[in-house]
Amino acid sequence: MTKSSVIQVPPKGGFSFDLSRRNAMLQQQGAKLPKYRKTGTTIVGLVYKDGVILGADTRATEGEIVCDKNCEKIHYLAPNIYCCGAGTAADTENVTDMVSSQLALHRYATGRDSRVVTALTMIKTHLFRYQGHVSAALVLGGVDVTGPHLHAIYPHGSTDTLPFATMGSGSLAAMSVFESRYKENLTREEGMEIVSAAICAGIFNDLGSGSNVDLCIITKEGKEYLRNYQQPNPRSYTRSKGYDFMNGYTAVLSTQIRQLRQHVQVLEGDRMDEE
Amino acid sequence: MSMVFAPRMAEAAPSSHAGASWSPYDNNGGTCVAIAGADYCVIAADTRMSTGFSILTRDYSKIHQITEKCVLASSGFQADVRSLQKNLDARHQIYQHQHNKQMSCPAMAQLLSNTLYYKRFFPYYAFNVLGGLDNEGKGCVYTYDAVGSYERSGYSSQGSGQTLIMPVLDNQLKSASPLVLPPRESSTPLTENEAVDLIKDTFASAAERDIYTGDGVEIVIINKDGIRRETMPLKRD
Repeated sequence: MTKSSVIQVPPKGGFSFDLSRRNAMLQQQGAKLPKYRKTGTTIVGLVYKDGVILGADTRATEGEIVCDKNCEKIHYLAPNIYCCGAGTAADTENVTDMVSSQLALHRYATGRDSRVVTALTMIKTHLFRYQGHVSAALVLGGVDVTGPHLHAIYPHGSTDTLPFATMGSGSLAAMSVFESRYKENLTREEGMEIVSAAICAGIFNDLGSGSNVDLCIITKEGKEYLRNYQQPNPRSYTRSKGYDFMNGYTAVLSTQIRQLRQHVQVLEGDRMDEE
Repeated sequence: MSMVFAPRMAEAAPSSHAGASWSPYDNNGGTCVAIAGADYCVIAADTRMSTGFSILTRDYSKIHQITEKCVLASSGFQADVRSLQKNLDARHQIYQHQHNKQMSCPAMAQLLSNTLYYKRFFPYYAFNVLGGLDNEGKGCVYTYDAVGSYERSGYSSQGSGQTLIMPVLDNQLKSASPLVLPPRESSTPLTENEAVDLIKDTFASAAERDIYTGDGVEIVIINKDGIRRETMPLKRD
């Protein structure tokens, strides 16, 4: 009886779950899985009289440690569409980059400006296909020919269309501000004030969010990306003495000097000729 | 006699309810630091108390004065910390009645170790740093794990920001290399004001990167003149 040969087919992309059972077993035995870099996060969006305002904090955490004090969570999708991302940073970055490219190609193919619902459908079908394993929770906002739109997108692929939305670990703190103060037909100043108050609520009350406030205001005229619109968290204290190290601070135990000229061969020629 | 074969057990399915059971502990976060000098001891702790991703209060003291010359700073589960503090206070009162004097810092250090080990199989979730002046008036710092293992050292940090602060203290307070002779003493050669300055800077740095450290830092300085306190605000985000 001949053994049937198994043809090794390279994976077609997407996730390989081959090691999930082994990982679960290791975790049960006490091994710690490496932590994902999550954005902790407070992200918000609201619709006002002339368009949409998106807001986000700027803290990225790896477990309990802040790994980036000033990261950018408001991602570009199209000239008139921006998206705030919460969840696993790699997932939000890659999903928004991918959809941004797809939208550009779509614009070339159709000859029209992108619509928010197009971006929405592309993102939600991608997330649903991955059944929630792509951990991206997004607030998508923009203004197109049909008007201003704001959507909340959940990791499993469901969406909500809302006049105001919050996502991330600081979403409850931010939503409390929105629910108290939101009304229809806000002016630009009122809208900016409410969005930054909501983000600040997340920054100060949620440990997963912090540092600065980023805003992005989108109208039919164009967009205004206000990076670090507010910086309410300067460093509290710096030592006056500073940290200087004199020569000789690090003990030198032994010194070896080698002439490299004897070890390095210089070859003349075009690299392409080597083949 | 027929052989009885044990029935083949069905393979246990991997448990799907991971981590669903109740835990008697919670972690309220926070960081404690102590530095001992030739004639002073500085003990500091941040004032934030948190649970999960929320802040419970921005103004909670983790520092407790047990004797005239001995101060305990503890991070971890504050309910257990409070219980431990009361326990030590009661034992100290009894000691005072029996010996007609206050406990010295080394004696209190031993008592704390014994108290912690007494609950070896249901520990106090408390990460302690004990600081004060010893019998000769020199600064001493004792650092503990959750079940009472302790050591006297020149400086120490415990809590969520421990791993962020300890390397900075090692760099500033330890001798440049353990291979360099003559070896440094256990006490650190900083003046009192320099030590306070260093502590403020290390807490400010820890508050930048540790989400559980922030709001404010309470600094207690013990020297031959007595005990004095300072507070400094930290980032509140």
